[in-house]
Amino acid sequence: MPKIIIAQSKCKGCELCILACSKKNIRLSQKMNKKGFHYVEIIDPDNCNACGLCFQVCPEVAIEIWK
Amino acid sequence: MKKLFGKPESLTTVNHKYCPGCGHGIVHRLIAEVIDELGVREKTIGIAPVGCAVFAYDYWNFDVTEASHGRPPAVATGIKRVLPDRVVFTYQGDGDLAAIGMAETIHAANRGENITVIFINNAIYGMTTGQMAPTSLLGMKTTTTPFGREAKIAGYPIKVSELLVTLEGTTYLARGAVDSAKHVLEAKKAIKKAFEIQLSGKGYSLVEILSQCPPNWKMSVPESLEYVRKEMMTQFPLGVIKDKTGMTV
Ligand SMILES: Cc1ncc(C[n+]2csc(CCOP(=O)(O)OP(=O)(O)O)c2C)c(N)n1
Ligand code: SF4
Ligand code: SF4
Ligand code: SF4
Ligand SMILES: [Mg+2]
Repeated sequence: MPKIIIAQSKCKGCELCILACSKKNIRLSQKMNKKGFHYVEIIDPDNCNACGLCFQVCPEVAIEIWK
Repeated sequence: MKKLFGKPESLTTVNHKYCPGCGHGIVHRLIAEVIDELGVREKTIGIAPVGCAVFAYDYWNFDVTEASHGRPPAVATGIKRVLPDRVVFTYQGDGDLAAIGMAETIHAANRGENITVIFINNAIYGMTTGQMAPTSLLGMKTTTTPFGREAKIAGYPIKVSELLVTLEGTTYLARGAVDSAKHVLEAKKAIKKAFEIQLSGKGYSLVEILSQCPPNWKMSVPESLEYVRKEMMTQFPLGVIKDKTGMTV
């Protein structure tokens, strides 16, 4: 199972990764980070195929993917 | 476990100041990845513009200098001629490159300087909160064209890459976008090729990137992506515009 780490403090909640994920596996959290942005979270880690599409579009380089 | 995707070495850990969804951050990462892959981090010198990317020297983990507005190609010329073994590139917005800096752009290209230009076309002056740029589309509402850009008053959007085609000095001209993962990956290939051309001494390369600016376009992030796809790409088609090398990516 891949490990996907989202740096909550870097995320600006732009949703580009949500739009890019073909598995619709990312959502905005109800919680906010210190900058006042709703950050994103993975819905189901088991459903992630480590394709990296979310990483490719993230302007903040807030996503790290391990496998 | 192996890290498949993460921050390239050529980026610092500084959080950048771009708006949510802005294309600048994506292109910064692509350049950093290419520099890492080519193994030239220690001999790269970037030239940051005046515009939203003015603090780029904080974000890249290699040498970066600043130029006054529109003058990066002149600064790059000086650095590259004095230090020809360095990898020298400029990073410029449409205001910087195609308005105040158009003369520098054209003459550096015409001289065939062995430099790489990364041109962020977001069709607006982002930093100064949304004035018309030379690349603003007809009908586009900006603070200086509040009723939409009209050709009769403000001329037509300049297709910079096509404009440079006729200059003998240009070796490689390509246009990409960062609206989707697919286009991001294609843009990276073009950026890599541009740097490879410089490394092999083949001359002037420019990669134009269509980039979303949601706040100054007065759009949500998804709307700005649609605008890039439907409007920008119609006016500024993606692809290789000129390639004198015959090299394949
Ligand atoms: C000599 C000079 N003239 C004008 C300005 C004001 N100014 C700052 S940034 C900018 C334009 C920025 O637009 P662009 O190059 O497209 O970059 P973006 O912010 O869109 O990335 C202007 C006109 C300046 N800083 N210096
Ligand atoms: S790696 Fe692919 S599947 Fe996993 S969250 Fe990112 S885009 Fe979705
Ligand atoms: S693309 Fe990056 S900054 Fe934007 S919501 Fe996703 S993780 Fe956050
Ligand atoms: S104003 Fe536009 S170009 Fe500048 S940081 Fe914001 S989105 Fe990016
Ligand atoms: Mg601009």
